[in-house]
This record gives sequence, structure tokens and C-alpha cells, in this order.
Amino acid sequence: MTNGPGRPRARMAAGAAALVISPFLLGACGGTPAETATASGTGPVTLTAMDYYNTEPALSALPKLLDTCGAQAGVKIERQVVPDLRTKLLQLAGGHAIPDLVLLDNPDLQQLAATGALADLGAAGLKTDGFYDNIVAAGRYEGRLYGLAPGVNALALFYDKKLFASAGLKPPTTWDELKAAATKLTDGTKRHGLGFAVPATEEGSFQFEAFFLSAGADLATLNSPEAVSALGLLSDLVTSGAAPKDVLSWTQANVEEQFANGGLAMMVNGPWQIPQLVKAGVTGFGIVPMPVPEAGGTPSSPLGGEVWAAGNNGPKAVKAAAVIKCLTSTENSLTWSKLTNYVPSGKEAAARLGASDPRMKTFVDLIAGAKGRTAELGAKYPAYSQALWTAVQSALSGQNPPKAALDAAQRQAAG
Amino acid sequence: MGMPLREHPAARPSPPAPAGPAARRARGGPRLRARLVRAGFVAPVVVYVLAFFAYPLARNVVLSFQDYGIESVYTGDAPFNGLANYARVLHDAVFRTAAANTVVFVVASLLFQFVIGLALAVFFQGSFPLGGLLRSLLLVPWLLPLVVSGTVFRWMLDTGNGVVNQVLLAAHVIGAPVPWLNSVDTAMIGVLLCNVWIGVPFNMVILYGGLRSIPRGLYEAAELDGAGALRRFRHITLPLLRPVITVVLTLGLIYTIKVFDVIWVLTKGGPANATQTVTTYAYQLSFGGLSEFGAGAAAGNVLIVVAMVFAFLYLRSLRSETP
Repeated sequence: MTNGPGRPRARMAAGAAALVISPFLLGACGGTPAETATASGTGPVTLTAMDYYNTEPALSALPKLLDTCGAQAGVKIERQVVPDLRTKLLQLAGGHAIPDLVLLDNPDLQQLAATGALADLGAAGLKTDGFYDNIVAAGRYEGRLYGLAPGVNALALFYDKKLFASAGLKPPTTWDELKAAATKLTDGTKRHGLGFAVPATEEGSFQFEAFFLSAGADLATLNSPEAVSALGLLSDLVTSGAAPKDVLSWTQANVEEQFANGGLAMMVNGPWQIPQLVKAGVTGFGIVPMPVPEAGGTPSSPLGGEVWAAGNNGPKAVKAAAVIKCLTSTENSLTWSKLTNYVPSGKEAAARLGASDPRMKTFVDLIAGAKGRTAELGAKYPAYSQALWTAVQSALSGQNPPKAALDAAQRQAAG
Repeated sequence: MGMPLREHPAARPSPPAPAGPAARRARGGPRLRARLVRAGFVAPVVVYVLAFFAYPLARNVVLSFQDYGIESVYTGDAPFNGLANYARVLHDAVFRTAAANTVVFVVASLLFQFVIGLALAVFFQGSFPLGGLLRSLLLVPWLLPLVVSGTVFRWMLDTGNGVVNQVLLAAHVIGAPVPWLNSVDTAMIGVLLCNVWIGVPFNMVILYGGLRSIPRGLYEAAELDGAGALRRFRHITLPLLRPVITVVLTLGLIYTIKVFDVIWVLTKGGPANATQTVTTYAYQLSFGGLSEFGAGAAAGNVLIVVAMVFAFLYLRSLRSETP
């Protein structure tokens, strides 16, 4: 399925062409979402919806969910799949033609909300009782609720049970155990102990943040001692060869492929990879929370996944909020989460999933301690994220020591 | 296209027209129609150029003088801020790295593409079995979508599993795998390998065409006069090929300076901006999450100016070539 955070593949496509063309112009000639409602009284209101789920099973399951929820809210919903959704939405925002419903990657929400193109869902009548507080926070911008996730994901440590058993190792819970296990399970260039993905994109920040947040660091201060220790850990792993240098260009999907091929004994990845592993015939894997610096620490992870938001389209936003309420209901968020291998954002639905699926149990337990990337930084997050992934790349490629790399990142982000 | 219409006698009404207003109309009609026809041929081009070239370019120039952030997208409010975007970009350490990388990338790409392309073109001058087939096969890199080439190179240059390292290790050229795309020292080489491979066919085809147009007699005469292969190349081939070389290098420069796909697929400008070029950085400024559209436009304009200077030099060199 899709990778959790940023979708580099999709973003790339529009790149070269759009380079010198303002979003304004594209907004003017890029198609507007199918127009509007039939006048009230002559038929049901039609809402437009956009998302980037262009692969099965979500590709065909999402329209069914939308039909169900549309019927419940008394509207018709026309769905459109747009691979490069973020750029498209910026273009549409320029033309004031934002769709009524959008399912977008959560770190992009604040920026879109900052444009004024999104509707305040709280004012439109959406309640957030029963949802995890941190998930609700990830949908807020300047105190208002602009998005609500039907399901979320987080990162954890996958490990090869057979390798661990034959080496007499237990899955690591601390950094020292992680280093020891990764070193022991590394076999020349044939197999590396640990794999993760820190490319020069949002995906790289997302993965590093799993270590960063588990160390107790805070995204507003990229160069805190905790942050430096987290980057130091990854730097040591790469320098010693326990993690391959390729982590600098791998995506999370590449990491999954390497793990499935036996090239990695452990990997940092999200629950959406489980179906891929199973499809590749890999079943002997276990999942544990991210290791922490010292025993007794709290494992953490950035929150991944998409949120439903509503376009700032007057009365239609109220209808859209009603649809979002239905999409995030216990039953429907459970259905959606099972399809995408996410964790439902409602506590009750999450508990039910955890009880029925032991593999997802680890992720369900992780959700309460996970952190929204934009919760604190809001629309400034992308600048911090870019500085952060550059620092990670700088340190892991040996250009700068972790401290110097993160100092430079903090200056760049805050300056 | 319009010229023959005006000059051609057949375009005029042949029988002497009767006098009176009707006649004037009859005489003026075809002439007006001819003019309309002429305009009609030109109109699509003019509309196309205005809509898809002049407008975006002008808009981009205007944008580069505006403080156009994420809020501006929806409201349309973007105050003019003079040269602030250019100042921001020029004082940005990443932009300077990107500019230096762009120079290295362009110069090295052109140099290797040209030298290899010329060597192959000279090589294929000789006739040998399957020469034509080989020459067409060499065009394949040109026909492949850049994203496909980039992806294949990404796999080939993989540190642990890439075929390049496996071959070099097996041949004992290197002692340990080279992290081609994952080290700040070698990433540019990795990206260049791919871009040179993509660009060689273009150079080869054009230079091959140029070589074919050099009269064979000159070589025969020189040979009779006792000139060796190297002298024939230096004193016949190179001078007569000069116009073609100018074309190849200028077009190559304009293509290379704006390369985006290759770098994006291979490294995304990483590791740590080691392969960041002005093009990829402009994209990141605008669409990579920062949403600094004004600064992105300014970075893009810097490139446009450079490309235009070279395009201008190219056009002038063309004019001086034509007698």
C-alpha cells in the first residue's frame, strides 16, 4: 500500500513541469472538482471527495465507505483519486475550488489549513469524544479542528524470529540491546542487523523521529542532547556496518523488501507493511516497540496516516462534517483500519482491533504514546522536517558529527 | 507560408473585373481572405506561445518579486517585496551548495557526454558488420523515460546488492562496496554516471550526422599528402564539425542545466544536499513542503537567465555561421 508519511513518488511527477509555473496558473487550468450540488429540492446534495489511495484494496473499498456514509448524511459523494494530492490541493486552493472532502497525509493538514481553504470541523458540528487526544491534536491548527483521522499508524521494530532464536537473542528494548543484536546478526554484506529509511524526504524525517521521540527529544529543539544521542545511535550503527549505508536512499518500501529477502535481521517500519510481508511469504517475524535509550523509558513514534478534512465551502462543510463523523465512527474506522492495516483513532475501535489481531496489538499499544508531527510546530513543521532530514543525512554520510549536523539544522529551521 | 500567396499570380482573380463597388469588394475580398488565411496559420502558434510560454514566464518573474507563502495560495494576497526573494536565495547556504553542484553536474555531464559521443560517432564512421544495428541499439537510453533509467541506475548502484559493486568486487577493483549514492563524496559521481549514459546517444547521433556531411574527398586528399589519422582528425574533422559541436554543446547545456528527474529518482538531492542542484532546490522550495513559492520562483529564474544567455550565444553563433 502507500507509505505512511510523504509520498515522494507521487510528488516527483509534477515536479519538473511545475517548476517555473506558479500554483496560481495551474489552478486556473487544472480541472476543478466536478461542480456542485444540484439546487436544493431537486435532488440530494453532491459532495466531491479526493484522496490518493490508488492501489487495492483501498482503491475500491473507499468508494463503498463513502457511499454508506453519504447515504447516512443524505448526500451523494463523487470520489476522485489524485496521486499528487498535496500539490493538487494547493492548486485548487488557489482557484477556491477545494473539494468538499479530502483524505490527506496528516503533516500536510496544517499547511492547507493555514491557507484558509479548510473548514473548521468543530464549528461544523464534529465531536471528538472517545478519540485519542494526540490524534485529535494532529488535526488541530491554531486551536481549531480541521481534520480527523479514521485510522493512524506508527513505527515499531520488526525482527526475524528465527534469527533471534538461533542466536539466542531476545528482541531489544534498549539502545544497547539494539546495538548488540544488530552487530551480532550482521553477516558481512549479505545481511545487516538493522534497516531503516532516511532518504532526503519527509519519509526520512518520519523514520528518524521514531528514534528521536523515543529518546525524549522535542521537535521544536532539533539539537537537544536527546536528539544528538538519537542521531549518534544511528550514526554508530551505520559506521559499524550493523546498518547499511543504503539507508540514506532507501524508502520504507525498500526496507520492507530487504527484510523480506533476508537482507535485514530487524527493520523499523509501520503496520501497513504487514500485508506485503505476508504476501512475500514471510511470517516468522515479530513486532516490538521502538527501543529506548535506557530501560524504563517510554517508546514513542511519530503519528502517521491520513486525515479527513472538509473544504471551506459554506453550508456543504456541515454535510461534509456529518460524513466525516460517519467515516470515523467505531464501525467504519475499524473497517478502514483493517483494510489499510492502520490503528483506528477511536479508543474503543482500537481496543477491539488489538484484541482480534495480535500483530496489530503492538501498534495499538503504541498509539497513545505516539506524537503528531505538527502538533507543536503547526505549519512550520515542513521547515523543521527538511532541516532534520538534512542533518540525519549529513551525520550518517560522515559529513558532520551528529551534534554539528543538528546545530546547523536548528539554525536553518528556526532562522 | 504567406509569401507565395502574395507573389503567386494565380492568387489574383484572373478575369478583368467589372467596374463598381461590387468589383472593389471582389478585388479586396480575396486579398483580405489571403491575409486572414495567413494570420490563421500563425494564430495557433502565437496563442500557444502566449498561453504556455509567455504567460507562465511572466507570472514566474512577477512571483519572484512577491512574498508568496502558503497563505497566499488561497487568499491571493502576496505583497511585493522587491528583491527579498533573490536576497534570501543568494544568502542561503543550501542554494550556494546547489549552485556549485549544478556547475559540476553540467560541466562534467557535457564533457563526458561529448567525448564519449564523439568517440562513438567516429567509431561508427567505419563500416563493419552489424554497425547499423549497434548504432540503433545505442539510441535506447535516449528512448527510455528518465524515471525508468533513474530507477534502474538506483538498483545498479545499490551499495550491498547493486550489480556495479558486485562486478567491481569480483574483479578486485575495489576492496569494499562503494556507497555510490549514499556518500557525500560519491553521490555526484553516481548521478553523473546515469546522466552521462542518458546523454551520450544524443551527442553521438548529432555528431555522427555532422561527420557524414564532411566530404570524403578531403580525407583522401589529406591521406595522399601523408597526413596521419590524428592530423586528419585535428585539421579536417574538428574545424568542419565546429558548427555541429556548437549545437550539441549548447543544446546539451540547456537540457542538462534543468535536469530534474534523474536526480530526483536517484538521490532526491541527498545525501545531505550533495547532489542538490538549483532545479531540485527550486522544486523543494516551492513544492517540497516549504511552500516558499516566491523564493522557488527566484531560484528558477536564476536558471532561466543562465539558460537564456547560452541560448542567445547559440543563436548568435548560428547567425555568424550562415553566409
